Amino acid sequence: MAQMNLLQAINNALITAMTDDEKVMVFGEDVGHFGGVFRATSNLQEKFGKGRCFNTPLTEQGIIGFANGLASQGSVPVAEIQFGDYIFPAFDQIVNETAKWRYRSGGQFTTGTLTIRTPYGGGIAGGLYHSQSPEAFFAHIPGMKIVIPRNPHQAKGLLLASIRDDNPVLFMEPKKLYRASVGDVPEEDYELALGKADMVQEGTDITLLAWGAQVEIIQQAAKMAAEIGISCELIDLQSILPWDVEAVCESVCKTGRLLINHEAPLTGGFASEIAATVQERCFLYLESPISRVCGLDTPYPLAHEKEYMPDHLKTFEAIKRSMNF
Amino acid sequence: MQDRNHLSKVNVVSTLAVIENGLLDIPMIQLLDESGTETNPEQSPNIDEHTAKKIASTMQYIRLLDERMVGAQRQGRISFYLSCTGEEASTIGSAAALSDDDMIMSQYREQGALAYRGYSTEQFMNQMFSNQLDPNKGRQMPIHYGDKQLNFMTVSSPLGTQIPQAAGFAYGQKMAGKEAVTISYFGEGAASEGDFHAGVNMAAVLNCPVIFFCRNNGYAISTPAEEQFKGDGIASRGIGYGVKTLRVDGNDVLAVYAATKMAREIALAENCPVLIEAMTYRLAAHSTSDDPTGYRSKSEEEKWRAKDPLDRFIKWLDAKGWYDEKASEAFLDKSRAEILAAVKTAEKVDVAPIEDIIEDVYDVAPWHLKEQLESLKSHIKQYPEHYPKTAGRIK
Repeated sequence: MAQMNLLQAINNALITAMTDDEKVMVFGEDVGHFGGVFRATSNLQEKFGKGRCFNTPLTEQGIIGFANGLASQGSVPVAEIQFGDYIFPAFDQIVNETAKWRYRSGGQFTTGTLTIRTPYGGGIAGGLYHSQSPEAFFAHIPGMKIVIPRNPHQAKGLLLASIRDDNPVLFMEPKKLYRASVGDVPEEDYELALGKADMVQEGTDITLLAWGAQVEIIQQAAKMAAEIGISCELIDLQSILPWDVEAVCESVCKTGRLLINHEAPLTGGFASEIAATVQERCFLYLESPISRVCGLDTPYPLAHEKEYMPDHLKTFEAIKRSMNF
Repeated sequence: MQDRNHLSKVNVVSTLAVIENGLLDIPMIQLLDESGTETNPEQSPNIDEHTAKKIASTMQYIRLLDERMVGAQRQGRISFYLSCTGEEASTIGSAAALSDDDMIMSQYREQGALAYRGYSTEQFMNQMFSNQLDPNKGRQMPIHYGDKQLNFMTVSSPLGTQIPQAAGFAYGQKMAGKEAVTISYFGEGAASEGDFHAGVNMAAVLNCPVIFFCRNNGYAISTPAEEQFKGDGIASRGIGYGVKTLRVDGNDVLAVYAATKMAREIALAENCPVLIEAMTYRLAAHSTSDDPTGYRSKSEEEKWRAKDPLDRFIKWLDAKGWYDEKASEAFLDKSRAEILAAVKTAEKVDVAPIEDIIEDVYDVAPWHLKEQLESLKSHIKQYPEHYPKTAGRIK
C-alpha cells in the first residue's frame, strides 16, 4: 500500500499497464516529455520511450481517429483528451466509428482495446470550457462503456480494467479531486469490475446515488440528514454505461426513495435514464417521487459556480422534501 | 531541407509580395498516353505479364459487376449500389502495387482494390444482399465491404474518418515491426473534411508509413471540384504538411502503379506518409440514388469516356502481345454467368436470425441488450405476420 492522490494513482495505473503489455501506448496533447497538463502521464516517456508515450498535434478528432486505427490494428491505445469540454470535435469518431466498429464489421474488426481518458467536472473556477460533465452525451452511444472513479483506489483499479476490457471505454476523471483525493492504493496490479456500483454506506430511509466528485457531496448531505434522524444509503454508480441496475433497484426497493445527484445539466442528464428505469422496476416500492439534484440547464458559469453546483445543501433539502412527501 | 518549423528559422526578405498558388502548379505524371503508348519507357514500371493480365481482368470484371448490379438495383433486388466506372485504373493499379499484408482502408468506391485482393463474386453478393453469409451480418448498406483475411478494413459511410485511422493503423504496424504499410483511399470531396487535415498532419508528425490516395474525380455528388477547393487540388496540401507528394494520371495504370510502388517503398524505408492525387473522372453516377444529368453535360462525359482507363490499358497489353481477344470474351462470358448465378443464390439466403441484432455491440451483450432482445422476441411472436423474415426462426 502507498498513499497516492488521484493523479498519482492514474499515473501508477498507466505504468502498470505499460509494463505489463508492450502494446499499450499513451498519447494526446502535451502528454509526452512534459507529462500532461495535470501530470497524469509524468515520466512515461522517460520510462517507455517516445514510441509508446508521445505528443500529438492539437486535434481531438485526429487523436481519436488515430486511436481508432491503432486499436483496430491490435495495439492498446490510451488516448487523452485534455479536458472533457474538448471531446466534442472527436464526437463523430467516437459515435460513428469507435462505438460501431465491431458491430458494423460483424465482429471482424474491433476498437475494443481503446481507452479514452479525460478530466471532467467543475468546482475549479473553470467556467464554460473547463468544467463540463459530458457523460450523458456518451451514454446514448451503444458500443461505448463509460467509467468514472471517485478516489485513488478506484482510479487505478478501474483504469486498469478499462485498458484491458475488450470494449472501448471512456474513462472520465474528476479533476477537482486530482490532488484533493488521497488514499491508500495497492502498489501491485489489480482491477475493479466495470459495470458494478459501489455501496458507500448502508441506510434504510432513502437511497442517494452519485458518481465522481459528487459522491463527496451526497456524503456531506447524508451526514446532515443523519443528524435529524434520516438514514441514507449511499451508492457510487462508478460505471455509467452499462450501469448496475440491480444494485440501484435493490437499494430503492429497500429504502423506497431515490435521489440522484450529478453536476451535468438536468435535462437529458443521466439521472433521467436512471429515474425512468427505477420507476419502471420499483413502482410499487416508491414512497415519493424520484428526486434529481443536478446542474442547471445553463452553460457552466464562472462567477455563479457556487450557485450552479448541486451542492450538499441542495441535496439535503431534497432529502427532506422526499422524506416529507 | 530547411527547417521551417519555427519563426526563428524563417528566411527574412524585404520585398512585399504575395505567394500565389499558381506558382506551385504541380504537374501530373503520365506514363501511358491515350493511344496506349508509353511516354517515357525508361520510367515505365516493370509489370510482369501475370500482374498486367490480372490488373486488366480485374478492371473488366469490376466494370461488368458494376453494370449488372446497377441493373439489379433498378429491378429492386438490392437497395443500393455505387459504381466505380472510370476509376478502375486508380484503384486496381494502386492495389496491384501493394503487398497482401498492407492494410487497405477505403472510402466506398474501391471495390476494384478488393476484387484484386481476391474477394469472390459470392462474397460481393452476400454483402450486397445483406444475408446471413455477409461478414457484416447484414448490418450495413450494400458496398460497405470488409474482409479481415484480405486486410481490407470494413467500409463506413462517414467521409474522411478513415484518414486519421489509417495514420494510427500504420503507426501500429510500424511499432509491431511489420514490413507493411496502410493505404487510405478517399475522394477529393472527403478531403474537405476536418479528418483529412487531422490525419495527414498526424501521419507526418508521427512518422507513419501510410499512403494517402486521393481519387480526384471532379465531383462530390453534384458539387464540382471548383466548388470544393480553390488551391491546386489536393496534392498542393501534401506539400504544406511536409508530406512527399505525387500527382498522377488516374486513368493510366502504369503511372498509378509506378507511383504507388514508389510511395510504398518510401513509406517503408523512411517511415513517413506519401500522398498520391490521382486525377480521374467519375463516369458513373454518384450512386443509384443520383442522376448526374441534373448537374453536368453529356459532352463533358463523352470527353472523359474517350480517356477510358480500361481501353488505354488494353491497347498497351495488346502492343505487348499479352492481349487475347478470344480469351477476354470468354472471361467476360464466364463472369457474366457467375454474377447472374451468384445474384440468384445470394437473394435466396436468409437474413441473420433476430438474436444477432444485439451481438457485436459489445464483446458480450450486457443486461439491457439481453432484456431488449427478449422483449422484441415476444413482440415478434405476437405479430409473426408483420415480421416474416424472422418470426418463424425464433429460438
